[in-house]
Amino acid sequence: MNQLTQRAQARPAKWLGAVILLMTLIFGGTGANAATPAPSDISSDFSVGGAIKQGSANPVEGAVITVVGEGFEGSATTNARGKWEVAVPAKGTYTVTLDLASLPEGAKLKADFSNVREVTIDKVNSVVALFPLETKEGTGPVEPAPTTNVLLSRIFAGLNFGILLAMAAIGLSLIYGTTGLSNFAHGEMVTIGALSLFTFNKVLGLDLILSALIATAVVTAFGYTQDAVLWRPLRKRRLGITQMMIVSIGLSILIRYFLQLVYGGETKVLSQGDTWNVFGVLMPALNVITAGIALLALLGFGWFLTRTRIGKATRAVSDNPSLAASTGIDVEQIIRIVWVVASALTGLSGVFIGLYFQASWDTGFSILLLLFAAVTLGGLGTAFGAAVGALIVGMFVELSTLVIPPDLKFAGALIVLILVLLFRPQGVLGRKQRIG
Amino acid sequence: MEQILSNALGELLTPMTAAYALAAIGIAMHFGFTGLLNFGQAAYMLVGAYAFAMASLAGLGLVPAILLSFAASIVLSLILGIPTLRLRSDYLAIVTIAAAEILRFVVSTTGLNDVTGGPQGLSGFAKEFYALNPFPVGEYGFWAWTMDEKGLWVRVVAWSLVILGALFVAQMIRSPWGRVIKGIREDEDAVRSLGKNVYSYKMQSLIIGGLLGTLAGIVFVLPRAVQPGNYGTGLTFFIWTILLLGGASTVLGPIIGSMIFWVLLSLTEGLLSAGVSSGIITFIQQDQIGGIRFMLVGLGLMLLVIFRPQGIFGNKKELYFNA
Repeated sequence: MNQLTQRAQARPAKWLGAVILLMTLIFGGTGANAATPAPSDISSDFSVGGAIKQGSANPVEGAVITVVGEGFEGSATTNARGKWEVAVPAKGTYTVTLDLASLPEGAKLKADFSNVREVTIDKVNSVVALFPLETKEGTGPVEPAPTTNVLLSRIFAGLNFGILLAMAAIGLSLIYGTTGLSNFAHGEMVTIGALSLFTFNKVLGLDLILSALIATAVVTAFGYTQDAVLWRPLRKRRLGITQMMIVSIGLSILIRYFLQLVYGGETKVLSQGDTWNVFGVLMPALNVITAGIALLALLGFGWFLTRTRIGKATRAVSDNPSLAASTGIDVEQIIRIVWVVASALTGLSGVFIGLYFQASWDTGFSILLLLFAAVTLGGLGTAFGAAVGALIVGMFVELSTLVIPPDLKFAGALIVLILVLLFRPQGVLGRKQRIG
Repeated sequence: MEQILSNALGELLTPMTAAYALAAIGIAMHFGFTGLLNFGQAAYMLVGAYAFAMASLAGLGLVPAILLSFAASIVLSLILGIPTLRLRSDYLAIVTIAAAEILRFVVSTTGLNDVTGGPQGLSGFAKEFYALNPFPVGEYGFWAWTMDEKGLWVRVVAWSLVILGALFVAQMIRSPWGRVIKGIREDEDAVRSLGKNVYSYKMQSLIIGGLLGTLAGIVFVLPRAVQPGNYGTGLTFFIWTILLLGGASTVLGPIIGSMIFWVLLSLTEGLLSAGVSSGIITFIQQDQIGGIRFMLVGLGLMLLVIFRPQGIFGNKKELYFNA
């Protein structure tokens, strides 16, 4: 079939899409309302719900609650009155988790209450799960900050997030460049970094800096072992890159749920210390410091890649492994080094992301697609491109919250990814011949 | 013990097993026969479920609701395919998985509560389907497969669709069209040099497999509510595990794969649960069993791809696994 007929086919389908959208807009509202009062079929008569308030006058909007159990997983966000409800498929026991990171600044649970609760639906069809928060001092809404400050604080947050993403994205990109592996288990290295920090700093009570160093070392060792035990033997077996990618998906699921088993489902609070006033924006001191360290690490890494022999060899391998091998570079040795360096950067990024967002068993997985977006944006397999891509993604995620609801901010970044592929598939810094 | 066994074997015929089988046949079309890495089957199921539910709740009737979800599915295929089908295959993988997550974020945002039900999802949309139920009220089946008239009706429809879908794909693959598709899987450039428009064939395959996924999405929600949380990446990865278990380049593989997958999953859960409550297994709690199930799926996926990439029914010669 030639191009023309194809386009002709595509057109009515797109037109149909517009009609659907229109119909959704027209009928969707009435439909949902009609459904609310009496759900009479077998599907969903059961629900878990509640309200989250800081004292009776201060409902919390936008807090995220997840309900897991009986083979079901669902989540809800509190509305303007602090209310939330999740419809569940059957009677049974459910674990309800309040995402502490979604609470507004300063809000915290009353002492002796956990953010994870078990509820059982047995005799009644809907149960209430309460998460009592400490009453906010002084009633009424907080004075909204001036717009310039909001903008500036978003920009700072975006830069900060971007730099942290960049370290993990460079790790992902290096491994992809030298071995061709799209490593879906990369997010778990971020998670291990964050949770190791929790273990050493909060559980064992070690000093923060020492814990951060140990956590980075743990991830580095994990990366080296992962390569030695899993990926090197698979490369020897000449497993295709698609197969390796699916293996990494399996590995990601395995590690993620193992971490959930060990650490449980709740969010571990890691942030600490006081806040600094930077150009009129209040920021946790720790975030400013970690962003600085991350920037130094990135610059150091850039120096390594462009100025040292090993760095140059790495770039040669990622350009063309067989050509590099024929000039006397030990490709396997370089890949080992790449795994170590990439894991170290990713581990450090995990530590900092833990301090920035708090840590939970799926911290890394929740940003994995942003990492892929960063790597693709910059141009697959180019290390500096990944850093640029990560900064763009980080900025976009934070700035987009000025326009779109915060629960859609990750979606915005992913849409940018698709648009870039449409118009500049080789990425911002990529070369055209890289795409096949 | 008998309870565990009957629970597990009951999974053989559930509408969920049927829905996963149908979705896996869709990826067999994409990946097994054409070589397209679609990691966004959850998106097609989501589109099917939401378009069907929203159209039904708007009172459009059963058939228009199904047609609307099909139309939405085709639009999704075009949006995903146009930018990526010309590029290397791992781009399609990243874009499809990203699209699935975008759709999940969008339908669960609280801003769209009135349209999509937000985080709560939608329910009460399948009344018309159950109104068509020809079976009189009563109890049907025996032992592990005891069900009421609604259960029987859903199962009959779901499995009929699976059989029809499988027959359709089998016929397509045996046709001249199917030979071109398999040729693309083996060597794209060779097919192109024969004067075939590879891009167009890939797009057709993406649309057909996507439609099967959409149908699976409708079947999946018939007995339950539409819940945005169900459409995460986990759904897609489960379907991939089922596909690779049965054999990616087979039509029967996804069906048997889905049955084996759910029976095994239910069996391990039952045994672990029994072990914990009787005090034999002490290192985990009752509420941690779900996580162990996932760990087993992850491990199973890794071992399958490394040691038996052709699956249970696959033929090693007909194995497409390289970009």
